[in-house]
Amino acid sequence: MSIALRLTELTKTFEVGKRLIGPPKGRVRAVQPVTLDVTEGETLGIVGESGCGKSTLARMLVGLLPPSSGTIEIDGAPLDNADPAIFGRKIQYVFQDTISSLNPRKTIRQIMEAPLRHLHKMDAAARKARISEIFEAVNLREEFLDRYPHEFSGGQAQRIGIARALAADARILVLDEPVSALDVSIQAQVLNLLARLKAEFGLTYLFISHDLAVVEAVSDRVAVLYFGAVVEVGPADRVFSAPRHPYTKLLADSAPVVGRALAAPEGRETELPDPMNPPEGCAFRARCPNATAVCATAAPPLERQSDGVQVACYNPL
Amino acid sequence: MAGYILKRLISAIPVLLGISIIVFVIMALIPGDPATAILGSYATPENVERLNRDLGLDKGMVQRYFIWLGNMLTGDFGRSFALNRPVIDEVLERFNATLVLAGTSFILCSLVGVAAGVVSASRQYGLADKAITFVVLLGISIPSFFLGMMMILIFAVNLRMFPVSGMWPIYGDRDLAALISHLTLPALALAVVATGVIARLARSAMLEVLRQDFIRTARAKGVHERSVIWRHALRAAMVSIIPVLGIQAGFVLSGAVYIEIVFQWPGVGRMLVDAILKRDILLVQGGVVFVAACYVMFNIAVDVAQTLLDPRIRS
Amino acid sequence: MRAFFALLARNRLALVGLIVMGCVMILALITPILPLADPDVTDTSQRFQRPFTEGALLGTDHLGRDLLSRLLWGTRLSLAVGIAAAVIAATLGAAIGIVAGFYGGRTDNVIMRGVDMLMAFPYILLALAIVAALGPGLMNALIAVAAVNIPFFARNIRGVTVGIANKEFVDAARLSGMGDLRIILTEILPNVIPVIVIAMSTTVGWMILETAGLSFLGLGSQPPKADLGSMLGEARSALITNPHTSVVPGVMILIIVMAVNLLGDGVREALDPRLRSGALTRPMAATLVRRKGPVPEASDDALLALRGLETQFHVKSRIYRAVGGVDLQVRPGECLGLIGESGSGKSVTALSIMGLVASPPGVITGGAVHYKGRDLIGARYEDLRRLRGNEIAYIFQDPLATLHPLYSVGDQLAEAITCHHNVSKAEARARAVNLLKSVRIPNAEDRANSYPHELSGGMRQRVGIAMALANDPEVIIADEPTTALDVTVQAQILSLLDDLRRERGLAIVFITHDFGVVAQLCDRVAVMYAGRIVEEGPTDAILNAPAHPYAARLMACVPELGEGRRELAAIPGLPPAVNDLPDGCAFAPRCDKAQPACRTGEIALARSSDVRRVRCIDPEPIPEEAAG
Repeated sequence: MSIALRLTELTKTFEVGKRLIGPPKGRVRAVQPVTLDVTEGETLGIVGESGCGKSTLARMLVGLLPPSSGTIEIDGAPLDNADPAIFGRKIQYVFQDTISSLNPRKTIRQIMEAPLRHLHKMDAAARKARISEIFEAVNLREEFLDRYPHEFSGGQAQRIGIARALAADARILVLDEPVSALDVSIQAQVLNLLARLKAEFGLTYLFISHDLAVVEAVSDRVAVLYFGAVVEVGPADRVFSAPRHPYTKLLADSAPVVGRALAAPEGRETELPDPMNPPEGCAFRARCPNATAVCATAAPPLERQSDGVQVACYNPL
Repeated sequence: MAGYILKRLISAIPVLLGISIIVFVIMALIPGDPATAILGSYATPENVERLNRDLGLDKGMVQRYFIWLGNMLTGDFGRSFALNRPVIDEVLERFNATLVLAGTSFILCSLVGVAAGVVSASRQYGLADKAITFVVLLGISIPSFFLGMMMILIFAVNLRMFPVSGMWPIYGDRDLAALISHLTLPALALAVVATGVIARLARSAMLEVLRQDFIRTARAKGVHERSVIWRHALRAAMVSIIPVLGIQAGFVLSGAVYIEIVFQWPGVGRMLVDAILKRDILLVQGGVVFVAACYVMFNIAVDVAQTLLDPRIRS
Repeated sequence: MRAFFALLARNRLALVGLIVMGCVMILALITPILPLADPDVTDTSQRFQRPFTEGALLGTDHLGRDLLSRLLWGTRLSLAVGIAAAVIAATLGAAIGIVAGFYGGRTDNVIMRGVDMLMAFPYILLALAIVAALGPGLMNALIAVAAVNIPFFARNIRGVTVGIANKEFVDAARLSGMGDLRIILTEILPNVIPVIVIAMSTTVGWMILETAGLSFLGLGSQPPKADLGSMLGEARSALITNPHTSVVPGVMILIIVMAVNLLGDGVREALDPRLRSGALTRPMAATLVRRKGPVPEASDDALLALRGLETQFHVKSRIYRAVGGVDLQVRPGECLGLIGESGSGKSVTALSIMGLVASPPGVITGGAVHYKGRDLIGARYEDLRRLRGNEIAYIFQDPLATLHPLYSVGDQLAEAITCHHNVSKAEARARAVNLLKSVRIPNAEDRANSYPHELSGGMRQRVGIAMALANDPEVIIADEPTTALDVTVQAQILSLLDDLRRERGLAIVFITHDFGVVAQLCDRVAVMYAGRIVEEGPTDAILNAPAHPYAARLMACVPELGEGRRELAAIPGLPPAVNDLPDGCAFAPRCDKAQPACRTGEIALARSSDVRRVRCIDPEPIPEEAAG
């Protein structure tokens, strides 16, 4: 299996309180150095709570946001200029907010034609044929093509979003919370469609979500993000059942599960640290039941354990 | 808070400089030889000489600007040729009169406008709302100068309730009663348009706020409806009303120009129009810069009020 | 386009404006071919003729010129100048605004500083300065009026552009390989144009007034040519002796500007999606009640009992049956879960209890809500208010939106107490701090002075819970209180709620879409679909063995943690629109067990065991141990 996507020491720092002249008032490290490999044909799940940097990471992957440092390689070729038009042919993005990702004043046909026309310079006949092919694949009727986005339900709109991403003919799709705006009965339809498309077109997925159960159900491997850094990477079937990082365990214990008694999983009721003023050492130590003196010295590196799981913790479980 | 005010005052400096540059550049647009263009019929040899000295016309644009700016900072706005007195004296005297007129109008239109908007919104589609909406529409559609003329015709000429024009009686005491009777008609005429605009905005701001979730929370708590409207909703609506009050103050100040002409009010607006028609350019220039600077200061006060109201800006 | 005119025509006032404006425009256009006297020929022997005199329908002015002719020619001029100024200002302002808003960053910063600079002038000063420099004249007045209005357009359009440029469809366009210019022209501009049109239609009247104003001051059109403003200016000296010379042009300006404003309002209403959807209507203090048919009697000893509750939304001619006859009861100390997907009517049901459904468009059209035997639906507003927050309290979903942004949380808590109890300020404050302690907020004394935006999501929801507890209510209705929170915070809040309800013996109605949450917190659960309860009973029993096909299939769709990678079950199709419900069972079109009998008539919520009820003619069999 070859590496489809490789991130090396990728970071993003935002400047807060920009001024006309002079330095900004502060900097926020939204993504700490992230190093990840995604194998061709796999689904890598990325979970994390709000503010953990998962959307920033996703936007860097598709070239919508230039990284502050680090590199992105697709199929071995580095992409260092953040130009969505170059990224677009190799890696595509499916948005969370289905309605906001479709221009309300364009027909579905116009939306679908844009990547074919601008990324692949297809002529009218080729575009028509390609659109038919894709619509067939995502189970949408061609009569939808002349309608406007507001005429569709959330689930249909998300299918259109997926169809648009497919039209670019990229091998890698970044799915940013693709089902969190949908009801469960519709969510399952979309997830199953994604699984079928992956098999049919040989795609590689980065599946970003805050919903542990969904990520577990669709992923081969899962990376857990906390405060902009990857704290654990491991096979999907064991990340939540046998967590190695205390934060992963906290997440798994917090998820409401039928048949499990309700208990506050955390003694100290603390929340995320202040990103403007990040703590020394491990960002999780204030919430961590196993924190020791070493945790305050430096952020723990992501290290491969004997069982192949990567954990960023001095005292893994 | 003191720190914030200081910061706002410091940030006003570039704006004031910008204003002076804009005025300077506009005045530099005057075609032809500036001395004769400015002086026109007042162009006696000594006037030309004095103007050349005042403007430093032998020097370059940039240098001239800094000379002018430096003079203004020391309170020297040049001399009016038509009136043959220092510009600053004339402007200060006239600005006082404008302040009385525009200030009264502004207070009037803020209070009436906001109240009308709140009543209108809280009785949406009711009789009061429809009546207010209609009056407001009339208000924002009528030219203030025409309204002023009609008021003179009806209340001053026909009903003889108020004097026709001026700020003070020609004979008799210059007391408060005299001022109020002279002020009533022009202040009302001036307030009408701004009242309409403010009432409209206050209505839509209130409607916007009344649909917010925190209003539902207040109702779910069992807060009296009166308090929901006048405490919860109005306070939140003020966040979008106050900036408009700042803008409307500019419109009141602008409208004062017409009203001062119609009512022969001895204010700065009438002075400016006279000065333009007489091509008394230094007076125009000084008057515009002075009034604009005052307006900038007023807007800082508005910003400070906004900050006091909204804790989200403070942090 | 046709839809736009249809909308415009529906607004009667706008139609009046359109007709008046149309007439004025036509008159202005055909003025040159009308048999009118020359507007500029003076005849001092005929000066100040009254209106309706022979040969001068509207009389003559101080130089004996025909007023009607001057009026029409003046209207022509005023309209042309006003509209031209509006078009110029809108075009340039929009261009500046779009560039600033789209590129953002430094470009935006520099442009907007310049705009702020221009807006720092009271507008007329700038106009006067421009006219002073260029000299009086109609063309110069037009330039001045257009110039001073550019900043207003620029700022307005910039704001809108920023909003659109941040929309995800712009990102999508970039990923489709589109460049900046193409994105501005095909993605941004089509969405900004309605705003430009609205801004223009609401400012044309203002521009006409302003140009007329400059002419009135003698700085616009120069004699002998006259627009409406200069006619009025010239007539001013004869105001007292010959008022008709002032009234004629003045009234004309009034008519034109009023018609333009009416039309502008209509255009705005037709184009602004929020106004169009009626979103800017004010919800009343309590939901409108228009019950048809008999009011159900209070039947059992439940603390809170809903009987056949029906709540609808009346939007124009459409009727949405959000809640279509709901029966529920809550006993003291019990936690009832109300579960359903979006649009199932669960929140509307909850809000209907205390009359908090926004009205318009909400109307309670039937049924009753009995609290301790009293019907709340027909109750007087004051009676309802006394119960709100005092005996039945709410916790809402998004605590940032549901707390007042401008009051400290301590003040908001204290108010919840003082509006039901006559206590001193200090006393209310002390109680508020205690409430914050009881929901385990650290440093409660300090936190009471915080504003909602200074707290994290979890802390805000604790404040929301404290507010609900303020008056020791009997029932708390929690409407998706943890949906906006992260899982780790959600777990904290749920366990807090569970502790509180056991300590205080609270009855809770817990609305959610999450089966996991229901399982952990609720004694009983009711499943809603398309505005009705389809199944109800003890939580364990229903989760283990759902009887209604919808409940069963919905649960199968939910991925559960710990089951590994798998194919998920899905329900084909979509829930029905509640303004177009099918006859019979609303789930029948998606149900694989549906039979002809499912599609006709009313299907009752029938007992399936002692404690369970299900609305299905062919329910799944219930094993013995799940009978409840």
